[in-house]
Amino acid sequence: MRKSATGMRSKWAGGALALFAGVALSAVASQPAAAKQLTLCWAAWDPANALVELGKDFTKQSGIEMKYEFVPWTSYADRFLNELNSHGKLCDLIIGDSQWIGGAAENHWYVKLNDFFAKEHISMDDFVPATVVGYSEWPKNTPNYWALPAMADAVGWTYRKDWFARPEIQSEFKSKYGHDLAPPKTYDELKQVAEFFQGRDIDGKKVYGAYIFTERGSEGITMGVTNVLYNYGFAYENPKKAYQMQGFVNSADAAKGLEFYKALYKCCTAPGMTNAYMQEGLDAFKSGQVAMQMNWFAFFPGLYKDPNVGGDKIGFFVNPAGPNAHFTQLGGQGISVVATSEHQEDALSYIKWFAQPAVQQKWWEIGGYSALKAVVDAPSFPKSAAFAPQFLESMAIVKDFWAEPSYAQLLLDMQKRVHDYVVADKGTSQQALDLLVKDWTKVFSEQGKTVASE
Amino acid sequence: MTTIIHPEHAPVADLAEAAKSRASDKSRAARRAGGLSDRTIAWLFVAPTIILLLAINIFPLIWMIRLSFTSLNLSMSYLPLRFVGLDNFRDILTDEDIWARLQTTAQFVIASVALQVFVGFGLALLINRQFRSHSFWTTIILLPMMLSPAVVGNFWTLLFQPQIGPFNYLVSVFTGVPPSSFSMTGEVALAPWTIVLVDTWMWAPYVMLICLAGLRSIPDYIYEAAEVDRASPWRQFWSITLPMTVPFLMLAVLFRAIENFKMFDMVNLLTSGGPGSTTELVSITLKRAAFEKWRTGYSSALAIILFVTVFGAANIYVKALNRVKQR
Amino acid sequence: MTAIAKSTAHSIVEASPRAKAVAGTIVILYAVIAILPLVWIAATAFKSQSDAIAYPPKVIFQPTLEGYVNLFTVRTRQTPDFIAKLPPAVTWYDRLVRQHDMVIAGPSKVVPRFINSLIIGFGSTFLAVFLGTLAAYAFSRFRIPLADDLLFFILSTRMMPPVAVAIPIYLMYRQLNLTDTKLGMILLYTAVNVSLAVWLLKGFIDEIPREYEEAALVDGYTRLQALRKVVLPQAVTGIAATAIFCLIFSWNEYAFAVLLTSGDAQTMPPFIPFIIGEGGQDWPAVAAATTLFVVPIVLFTILLRKHLLRGITFGAVRK
Repeated sequence: MRKSATGMRSKWAGGALALFAGVALSAVASQPAAAKQLTLCWAAWDPANALVELGKDFTKQSGIEMKYEFVPWTSYADRFLNELNSHGKLCDLIIGDSQWIGGAAENHWYVKLNDFFAKEHISMDDFVPATVVGYSEWPKNTPNYWALPAMADAVGWTYRKDWFARPEIQSEFKSKYGHDLAPPKTYDELKQVAEFFQGRDIDGKKVYGAYIFTERGSEGITMGVTNVLYNYGFAYENPKKAYQMQGFVNSADAAKGLEFYKALYKCCTAPGMTNAYMQEGLDAFKSGQVAMQMNWFAFFPGLYKDPNVGGDKIGFFVNPAGPNAHFTQLGGQGISVVATSEHQEDALSYIKWFAQPAVQQKWWEIGGYSALKAVVDAPSFPKSAAFAPQFLESMAIVKDFWAEPSYAQLLLDMQKRVHDYVVADKGTSQQALDLLVKDWTKVFSEQGKTVASE
Repeated sequence: MTTIIHPEHAPVADLAEAAKSRASDKSRAARRAGGLSDRTIAWLFVAPTIILLLAINIFPLIWMIRLSFTSLNLSMSYLPLRFVGLDNFRDILTDEDIWARLQTTAQFVIASVALQVFVGFGLALLINRQFRSHSFWTTIILLPMMLSPAVVGNFWTLLFQPQIGPFNYLVSVFTGVPPSSFSMTGEVALAPWTIVLVDTWMWAPYVMLICLAGLRSIPDYIYEAAEVDRASPWRQFWSITLPMTVPFLMLAVLFRAIENFKMFDMVNLLTSGGPGSTTELVSITLKRAAFEKWRTGYSSALAIILFVTVFGAANIYVKALNRVKQR
Repeated sequence: MTAIAKSTAHSIVEASPRAKAVAGTIVILYAVIAILPLVWIAATAFKSQSDAIAYPPKVIFQPTLEGYVNLFTVRTRQTPDFIAKLPPAVTWYDRLVRQHDMVIAGPSKVVPRFINSLIIGFGSTFLAVFLGTLAAYAFSRFRIPLADDLLFFILSTRMMPPVAVAIPIYLMYRQLNLTDTKLGMILLYTAVNVSLAVWLLKGFIDEIPREYEEAALVDGYTRLQALRKVVLPQAVTGIAATAIFCLIFSWNEYAFAVLLTSGDAQTMPPFIPFIIGEGGQDWPAVAAATTLFVVPIVLFTILLRKHLLRGITFGAVRK
């Protein structure tokens, strides 16, 4: 019996050997050469799909085939910073996050575009200033350009216009709070509205007040909390003295702002949203779980088209003001040419094509967000989409996170401290911000930057 | 001491003894006649493995030791590389956050291994009764072990979702607690137990297999002798089954503990180390320091500290295991 | 092949029918509960997007193949007018997709990723078992200087967290242009697996009495021929068990794959958790991918199930 089993096994082994050999050979075989093509790397979200559509025009015009590498947001920074760091050849063009600009410039990951812009008569004055500073310049506020502003974005809010419009809801709200139910203009109003809707029964289902960012892994909770912090008076540093953070990051007002975000999280959000970012917000809003949702403008075209909650049912409002200021968190990206690309000429031709006003206009129309003044300042713009006025208003009040080369460390430190306090109930808000100042001081001093304390 | 009886080898042994005395002269002749010498073969066989391990494990380890004394940050490689001596090590060993992470990891390892051993050994004892169709059900129980831990961590986020996941609803059916009132992955009190639960679900079958092998290696005649002495089943368990399975249990504990100390993918995809840092295992901290903050020098120092810890602990444990085996 | 003595844990006779029934009930209960999550996932693969994230969760639902179609395709959303103007849908999956106002834009990356997993998984398993068998034979039969130390060194390479090992490997591969290559991943997985392979196989080969080879050598075989004709056939069980463990590791590995691959060499584990639909994760597609991905491993393990039990003790608790 053993012999026959052995015989069968050696036949099987022989076959497996052949399979392994064939498979191993194919591993070493080279890729077939391709026709002219470019690979564009971005995050996987609605605007990326729109860009694919738009890119078909480029292919028609230039004959260069466009390939895309889209990665979900939660691993976008991880994956592409890894790619850039390892001098990968995957991407020719990359639409990198605004905060990567510092590192990309200093590490020479991107091709500097000043000469190209001059040669092709692309002027940065034609673009919204906040986007030029935010997506393209490093060092900030100097004419050194590393990207073309490609996707203008900011944090905004959506709400269930149809629920707000119901007479019984309106009258109940008015009798409870003394004023009309309307999209909130301040955070205190927002909390009121959120509390009002929290746990309410609408159409037989229990709904919740608000959806806010709480994601721990990449950048979620930071991108949410800054919207409140800015408006309570939080600043990254002394405007008069670079890198002086004590008293600006952890001022008493900032601590109050952080407390407010936690209070909002505890009182008025859906259960289980302890690690939630953009995608979970879309799911929550589209499935009718929440009355108001914080999310990026980038998603609003898709939400407007949604069969369940779009059209007349959805409304938009700008990030509410706080007691001390009115800002909103800047999002958005610029498009850059990767320095290790072997197709730089073709990549630059894509950027030249993309910068044309006609292409920018179409980009806006099919779901992207143009940063070109000619598009957003046009008189027809505010009526071109239901969220266009809010978008214009938001882009005028944007503020961004650090774009330093060490931004990843700064961001991850803030992620930890904020999530520890807001979701994991660790310490007080003042303690969290004090520890954050300590973290950030360490990061900067490791780089050799002097950090003044008092 | 555990011995296995190999009945069919016994008669061959005599023949082999006779052959051996003639073997040495003949085999030396055979080797000289054209086969490779034993020494050459030995080195030929061992060399590729050793070279591969040197290249992929040792050389990088040495490189990493060197890096741990520097301030290298890959995302800021344009900064001049500074030699910082033991600063990285000092930073890590005096950082209370790191100690908290080590504590979290230790708690996870202890709780999960204990639970897996309890469940795995229990299942092995029951399956060893050899009830009908036990083979089929054993295979079923093995299935969770065959999945990728990363994929497991990912889909359990769906299963644990308070609103749309079945776990909370199942619990509410049995206990009456409303499904939305608790979040397995989001609450500070529950999250550490959640990762223990999912890990046990995945790896209790592994412990079960080890224990099954152990149980099946206990020869019948020992039990026969116990029956003759009219020992009760409980007595038999405590004085025969358990002591003879202990080496296997210790082996299972060793392997599971090492694996869970290294754990990264399942927990990272299940909770991202959250809420806050309550389930942030030390591998997650290391990944963030090395591949998100790009603090290569610092993370090399942390990696070495971790390696020394596991190596030391495993060394001590293996010596204890060998002592148990000798008994 | 050794006959393992049939034993029970408590009594020399077979356990009483009542004891068996009790044991059977508990084990079956555990098995059913343990398999429920997998059943849920397999079912989710056949749910529509909205059913998969319905609240409260749906146990009864209308099955559809959308999950599988979404897994294998890339789609774009179009307006109903645009779709009306297209030529009529030819295949059943085209029709399925158009029902949701989407159009198939091309194949997704899942097939190349699966093929990568096959190549890297089986390639590294084959290499590790091959090298491991040779090294284990040498350690078992010959007197190698510092054998014990070398063996412990080989085992200790498994004690490093993968993230830690990845740090210098990342730098090294960057220099050697091995990042994101199948060759680089095969080498890495082979190195990780070969340590386990050597330990397992040494245990198995130790059990095979030397007398057989000595007899063969006496009869005029060279050492290599003795290895091939005498030892290997008897070691097949151990080799199979080792191959299972090596394959399970390489197949399911995530940390190295996510840190060292991005496109060309990316395997399934870093790909599956990041399949997203229009909003959040495309759960039906993720479930479909999970189901398909586990099939080869399950088949492989079922075929070699008997060897798994033998291999599990790694020969370390003998004599």
